[in-house]
Amino acid sequence: MSDPGANPRPAVPRTLGADADAAYVRFDNVQKSYDGVTLVVKSLNLDIAKGEFLTMLGPSGSGKTTCLMMLAGFEPATHGEIFLNGRPINNVAPHKRGIGMVFQNYALFPHMSVEENLLFPLEVRRMPRDEARRRVGKALEMVELPGFGGRRPAQLSGGQQQRVAVARALVFEPDLVLMDEPLGALDKQLREQMQYEIKHIHESLGVTVVYVTHDQSEALTMSDRIAVFDDGVIQQLSTPDELYERPQNSFVAHFIGENNTLHGTVADIRNGECRVAIDGCGEEVSALAVNVERVNGRTTLSLRPERVEIAPPGTDGFNTLEGRVEELIYLGDHIRTRLTVAGHDDFIVKVPNTHAHRRLKIGEAATIAWLTEDCRALDPIAS
Amino acid sequence: MAATSIDMSTTATGELLTADGRPLKESLQRSLRRRKLTALALVAPAVVFLFVLFGMPVIYLMTWSVDDTQVNNALPRTFAAYQQWDGEELPSEPLYEAMFKDVAEASGIQIGRASTRMNYAKSKWKSLMKKTKRQVKALLGTDPDFAGPYKEALIGIDKRWEDISFWHSLGIMKDPYTLGYYLNSFDLQYGFGKEVVQQPENRRIYKTLWMRTLMISVIVTLACLALGYPVAHLLATLPLRYSNLLMICVLMPFWTSLLVRIVAWMIMLQQEGVINDTLVWLRLVGDESRWQMMYNFTGTIIVMTQILLPFMILPVYSVMKGISPAYMKAAQNLGAPPAIAFLRVYVPQSLPGVGAGVILVFIVAIGYFITPELVGGKDGQMIGNYIAYHLKSSLNWGLASAMGVILLTAILILYWVYDRVVGIDNMKMG
Repeated sequence: MSDPGANPRPAVPRTLGADADAAYVRFDNVQKSYDGVTLVVKSLNLDIAKGEFLTMLGPSGSGKTTCLMMLAGFEPATHGEIFLNGRPINNVAPHKRGIGMVFQNYALFPHMSVEENLLFPLEVRRMPRDEARRRVGKALEMVELPGFGGRRPAQLSGGQQQRVAVARALVFEPDLVLMDEPLGALDKQLREQMQYEIKHIHESLGVTVVYVTHDQSEALTMSDRIAVFDDGVIQQLSTPDELYERPQNSFVAHFIGENNTLHGTVADIRNGECRVAIDGCGEEVSALAVNVERVNGRTTLSLRPERVEIAPPGTDGFNTLEGRVEELIYLGDHIRTRLTVAGHDDFIVKVPNTHAHRRLKIGEAATIAWLTEDCRALDPIAS
Repeated sequence: MAATSIDMSTTATGELLTADGRPLKESLQRSLRRRKLTALALVAPAVVFLFVLFGMPVIYLMTWSVDDTQVNNALPRTFAAYQQWDGEELPSEPLYEAMFKDVAEASGIQIGRASTRMNYAKSKWKSLMKKTKRQVKALLGTDPDFAGPYKEALIGIDKRWEDISFWHSLGIMKDPYTLGYYLNSFDLQYGFGKEVVQQPENRRIYKTLWMRTLMISVIVTLACLALGYPVAHLLATLPLRYSNLLMICVLMPFWTSLLVRIVAWMIMLQQEGVINDTLVWLRLVGDESRWQMMYNFTGTIIVMTQILLPFMILPVYSVMKGISPAYMKAAQNLGAPPAIAFLRVYVPQSLPGVGAGVILVFIVAIGYFITPELVGGKDGQMIGNYIAYHLKSSLNWGLASAMGVILLTAILILYWVYDRVVGIDNMKMG
């Protein structure tokens, strides 16, 4: 494992909650190791504002779930401190943190009815019986399951169990709710429906939500901000549109959405833009100098497929490269076109299915064109 | 909907028919028959095995426990004549004649069996019958045409034939079936008129024995639960490499001979044993007042608990293994302190395993006999020891069978109660 300081990707600026006092949840230089040899979470600094919906997104093993478990209190931080509402909570037992949580497989108690499950957090808080029942009824109404109180979890469908789990995490009115891949076990349609419902519950209750997922579309749909995790480090922390349109490094560009890469060498850096000589064809193109260090350094260019055009000859103001059409996939509203560009045959262009665009043929030579502002020069990855 | 008409007709009663006109139900059954036959053929050997080696013995056991035909078979004339006797004074000539002829005709083995049974009704019957058989044989040897007077002859053989109580005791045995063995199992017996009376005071042992057996089983079961539950929990929650080691420790006793284990305990528990020596060496106990931990109730409890512990740990463990650690986390996250979370969330989910373990240990314990035999001494004996004693020493198989059936019934009642209280479907053996 490399030293976190030597990571070529830059530390990410905090856009929200930079003021420590305003942060509702704060990770202060938190590190976590399970075996004393490797760090699962490397020097995590993260501020979460009150009422925010923050998603921790990343591949498995990136440390996102570990962060959530440290926040819930089930894993101690090896180093650093976690603050909740300005109070350090490293030595606070999980049951005293007052944080709601939706578990991956819901963890509904199978020997209790739905109502008993929801009453549980209120009973351990010694809430009067009538008040507790009223709250449970309200919570079940919120997740649109009134009248289901007498059922056992096993008698519910996956989606209904999910709603009960959400209701149980909210019934004792915590200010912070953690969700650990709560939609992972549902089918696609139900998952999308639940995304909106959770989003609406978040908006109407104003609770702070920390949500863990490896599904980027889920993250983009629901979040105020997304923290992209890889290798125990937050690679980028920003809003969904920012994340998609302005990835700060190659990992983020690759992980979020579809992405074309071109490898090359930096020839010149000027005014936030750079000239890059593309491997394989030698031509120079312009790109935004997002994450390049020096002239003659290696870089990877990132281009979204929908921001590239198959250019009619003689286009001004565009960067262009020559390619050859390898494959055409008809998708109705657009045609997914795979080309060989600069020696690699995996360059994808989404050609809109409009009158203005002429039909391409396989094997045909084509010129691809893009604007400099849509092309980002990032840290090099192995070609 | 009916864009295309499906070629399917119905009978007059509205049953669906298949394409070839057979009722659908019949066709379905026909198509499933082969599968059913295969399934049946696969389970047949096990069912036959179970019936021959378990079902039949149980049926025999139940028959023996009520069977009272030994005397009837040996003395048919006597019992026919016995019906006429008023029982007021000594029987008259016909009953003596019947007895004489029965004894003369019955084989030695028949008389042996019958007299053993008669001896349970009244002692001294055995010697009387043997002596009579011998003398009658001798008498007929010298005078094959002997034709009475039989009363005189029998009384001449033995004065006891003049004792009316012997004749009265025959009344207990006149029916081919008897509940006498069951009465004996509870320190009761038939009086001469088949009325139920208590055994003589010096022969009352079984009621205490049943109570003690029940008590030992309950104590052993509770001790196993108290000791086994934490071990099972540890087994289910430790990381694999530690839990494997622990599992071997739990299973080790299974791989060791029962006798070796009991002898090991005897070495530990005896008055000059390891525990007492250590206590004396530590000066916690005086040399003259060493603890008596063996050949008594305590010894039986200690050793049986150790031997039956795996029967508790394994079913409890197998259920605990299936309880996701997420439940405990969820409970704590919802605000329950660890102890409350354990009691309200973990323990209820482990109950199916506890039920299975309790039933298993209790059933094995209630019929145990090797351990009490070796370390039980006098007040650590259980009902199993007496069943074994009647099977191999006193040869009172009727009584042994009756006690066996009572044990079986007790276990069935336990099952029934468990089913009513917890539900047998809830039990998980692993």
